[in-house]
Amino acid sequence: MSEPVIKCENVYKIFGANAQKMLQDSNGNVDAKTFQENGCIVGVNNASFEVSKGEMLVVMGLSGSGKSTLLRCISRLTDATGGKIFIEGQDLLQLNNKDLIDLRRNKMGMVFQSFALLPHKTVVENIAFPLQIKGIKTEDSINKAMDMVKLVGLDGRENYFPRELSGGQQQRVGIARSLAVEPDIWFLDEPFSALDPLIRKEMQDEFLRLQDKLQKTIMFITHDFDEALKLADRIAIMKDGIIEQLDTPANIVLNPATEYVRKFTEEVPREKVLLIEDVMEVSKDNLGDLKVSKDEIIENVAEKILTQEKPVAVVNENNEIIGSINPAKIINTVFGGRKNNN
Amino acid sequence: MEFFKKYPKTFQWLFLLVVFFALCFAIEVPETYKFIRGQAEFVKDPNQSSYVFLGKEVRYYAFDVFWRLPPLLGWLPIWINDSLFFLMNEWMPIEVWNEDTQEFKSRPIVLQISRNLTAFMTFLIELIREILLGGLETIVAFTSWDWIDKNPWAELPGLPWTIVAAGAALLSYKLSGKGLALFAGLTMVYISVFGQWKPSMQTLSFILVAAPLSFIFGLGLGIAAFRSKRVEKALYPILLVMQTMPQYAVLVPALVLFGVGDHAAVIITMVVAIPPMILLTLLGLRAVPPEVIEAGRMSGCTNFQLMFKVLIPTARRDILIGVNQVIMVCFSMAVISAFIGAKGLGFNLLLALNQLNIGLALEAGLCISLIAILLDKMSLAWANKQTDYFGNLTFYQRNKNLLFFGVIFFIGIVLAYMGTYLFKDTFNYLFEIPHNKGISTADFWNKGVDWIFDTFFVYIKAFNTWLIQEVLQPMRALYLRMPAIATIVLVVGAGYLIGGLRSALVVCALTLFIAFSPWWDRALVTAYMATFGVIVSCIIGFTVGTLCFQNKHSANFMLGVCDIFQTFPSFVYLIPVMMLFGITDTSVLIAVIVYATIPATRYTIEGLRSVPAGLHDAATMSGVNKFQRLTKIEFPLAFPHMMLGINQTIVFALFMVIIGAFIGTEDLGQYILKALSDKKGAGIGLTLGICVAFIALIFDNLIRAYVQKRKKHLGID
Repeated sequence: MSEPVIKCENVYKIFGANAQKMLQDSNGNVDAKTFQENGCIVGVNNASFEVSKGEMLVVMGLSGSGKSTLLRCISRLTDATGGKIFIEGQDLLQLNNKDLIDLRRNKMGMVFQSFALLPHKTVVENIAFPLQIKGIKTEDSINKAMDMVKLVGLDGRENYFPRELSGGQQQRVGIARSLAVEPDIWFLDEPFSALDPLIRKEMQDEFLRLQDKLQKTIMFITHDFDEALKLADRIAIMKDGIIEQLDTPANIVLNPATEYVRKFTEEVPREKVLLIEDVMEVSKDNLGDLKVSKDEIIENVAEKILTQEKPVAVVNENNEIIGSINPAKIINTVFGGRKNNN
Repeated sequence: MEFFKKYPKTFQWLFLLVVFFALCFAIEVPETYKFIRGQAEFVKDPNQSSYVFLGKEVRYYAFDVFWRLPPLLGWLPIWINDSLFFLMNEWMPIEVWNEDTQEFKSRPIVLQISRNLTAFMTFLIELIREILLGGLETIVAFTSWDWIDKNPWAELPGLPWTIVAAGAALLSYKLSGKGLALFAGLTMVYISVFGQWKPSMQTLSFILVAAPLSFIFGLGLGIAAFRSKRVEKALYPILLVMQTMPQYAVLVPALVLFGVGDHAAVIITMVVAIPPMILLTLLGLRAVPPEVIEAGRMSGCTNFQLMFKVLIPTARRDILIGVNQVIMVCFSMAVISAFIGAKGLGFNLLLALNQLNIGLALEAGLCISLIAILLDKMSLAWANKQTDYFGNLTFYQRNKNLLFFGVIFFIGIVLAYMGTYLFKDTFNYLFEIPHNKGISTADFWNKGVDWIFDTFFVYIKAFNTWLIQEVLQPMRALYLRMPAIATIVLVVGAGYLIGGLRSALVVCALTLFIAFSPWWDRALVTAYMATFGVIVSCIIGFTVGTLCFQNKHSANFMLGVCDIFQTFPSFVYLIPVMMLFGITDTSVLIAVIVYATIPATRYTIEGLRSVPAGLHDAATMSGVNKFQRLTKIEFPLAFPHMMLGINQTIVFALFMVIIGAFIGTEDLGQYILKALSDKKGAGIGLTLGICVAFIALIFDNLIRAYVQKRKKHLGID
């Protein structure tokens, strides 16, 4: 596997007057309570993880869990108090101001919860802004921005002001702006939290469509567990600055690492999250005629499987049989293992 | 007892009042005490006590300290004066090359800086003035008098008024559209036709220097304060005092430092106009959402780009209010600076005031108002201007405004040339309509006021006598009857009850400064006039504001009226009242009320508007009627904002009370006016200005503390 695009090693972010000193004294053993008694607030507590190229890591946590702080450490909007952050192998915390600006101008894009559009600029000017900051000629930057306007489906509204757009449209502008410089790394800080549920769903689908096309390396922050499940390659669940569990959606649902994570997974409709692959058995005996792909979501094939008497064959992309699944297992997965059913 | 437990604050207030009145009655008026008239000031009197501090002798009438504190700060004005003199004449002499005598000359550095600054300002003003009106000083500055004698053609001829008028309309059209263009055109035609062209352009030339400079300095200092806490902390108290100090008071020190003339007027205008610009810049930058700043950083902005491409444009709304303030202050200073020799409309206005010519003053005042509104609207339109990236324009389309201006320029020249033949034996009206040679409606206004006076003389006189004898004199006597200690206890107690210990200490320090100055009696008179003005203004303002709020159109109309009244030079208000009520306190107070009602009305409407719409619906659904909604919902919620209006009302009232010295009052303003014509007036003027500022700041502090508490209580911010 190639070098990870983002790599964090024991990152701490502690707010307060003598945070640096207290962190040194604690030998990496940070207890939020003792810190708070000394007037320090722990934002991020010992975060270590990697994000590889083209992967989408969703950081999920409730408000105050430190997820936004973590993102701001990685984009260096705030300086981490301790630990190391590498962006494509470069030590982020060692960069000087000029290199940092260079990195942001060419490699990073960020979308904000409150859209953070410039109120005095039109849609197209907002999108062209990062390009103009880079020093690209007005005409070229406007042309490029117009491509972006089309990409996010805002054609015809390029001369509107942010205040004249709906929330969903404003966030489309935010997304287009963050993509204008064609960054490799894409940060999204609760981008859809301020939107209505219907619009949110529409934007999530739109986002998946874009990602399918662009294949960026993404860190996506959300407080919505369903959103995380829907979008993520991997999910990191944070609480009080600590990453409680970092795993694929299926593994989090099937094997919650802590009590806190389990509470989230309880209400999750598993058939919508888990793949056939996650629940299949390796035995290949006594198979019926029906075959299902291992990458199907259970919900989509459950009906077919439940009508079968014999176990159903599970095949991989080359149509080779790699395992089986029987109807009882489906029923067990969907209805079993929940607290209120036990 | 139940009552006191339920309302502990009420009990505390009652206690404070009891103490206050007990002190008032306990401390007798000393037999020797009498209100010292201004003229008797410098009489040496064997009854006077004196002390020497820093080598200055301070003489004063000694009373019981409970009655009047001794003027322990009496040396301050003298000391300021001497320091200024020392700075200007003795401190740090440097060698300066003198062009005329061709030799080095020794000059104090402050004087040299002041002279250089003066020369620079004068040059800028003359440059604009000569483009508009013609002249030769600018050419001379680059060449010499000898050169201009040999080449008389090089003298700038000045632009015919037709070109300036059409040019202003064209520029407005480009910036905003037909509406503003029409307004600009009409304004210019009015100015010209009414024969105010020359003074208007003189005023304009000095404002076109002062306003941009104030804007740049204000913005720069605002940015500096935003970026550094230390700068902000150093600036803040100065800003507070400057904002509440009557502009009059700054005139005297400026007179000493920069002499008399337009340049001094520009500098003094800048001193007054920069503080609001700084405050509003700071306010705007503070209000930029953190996510917008982060978005800017993530777009790869350098610090410079972040400031000028993200922060300032995003804070534009507040910064534009700052620009508006700068323009308004510049025009209000246009009149005041006539005292130190600025030419233009302000000077004419003062002349008209002296002749009690209400008509002429109105016309000149209207010019000031119109130009102020025009400049304000133009700067606003300029800041809001959009770029069109997609239009595929031809050369003609891109440059049509320039071409039009060329055509206008040519036509204007031709017209002016034709004018020389048309008006052979008289003035060339197509070039410039000379002062007082245009149309005038002055007679109409003058006759109108005369008619009112003749018709209603009896009633006016009766009202005037009643007001003075039954209300004003007793109120004034009451204020003067307050022993110093009682007043201090009252003010400090109020500070403690409203804002806690911190407020109490601040208010105490401010009051003590005034009490230790030699003008405590005068300050009481100022306070009495301001109090009366503020009370009446607030009653009128709240009533009018509430009534107008009931209907959206009338509210907007009222806000517009407030705008016009506020830009109108405050001096103009003095004339009609002076003609009707003579040289009495009534005149001053009516002018005060007219002027101070503006903010009271404005803030009432704005405060009522700020009540969230959801609450209206909730109230309606609870079945309240209109009156109940007003008293139970809207007033309590709008109250904090309305209190800020009272704050402004106090500042406006104080400002007008001080200007009222022009009519003749016996308060601090009278002394400031006297300091203006006094060679050693700088220190006195400045100290008096600070006294007035402190009166305003005492109330400002109390009201702000109250509003903050109230807002927190209501959960609105």
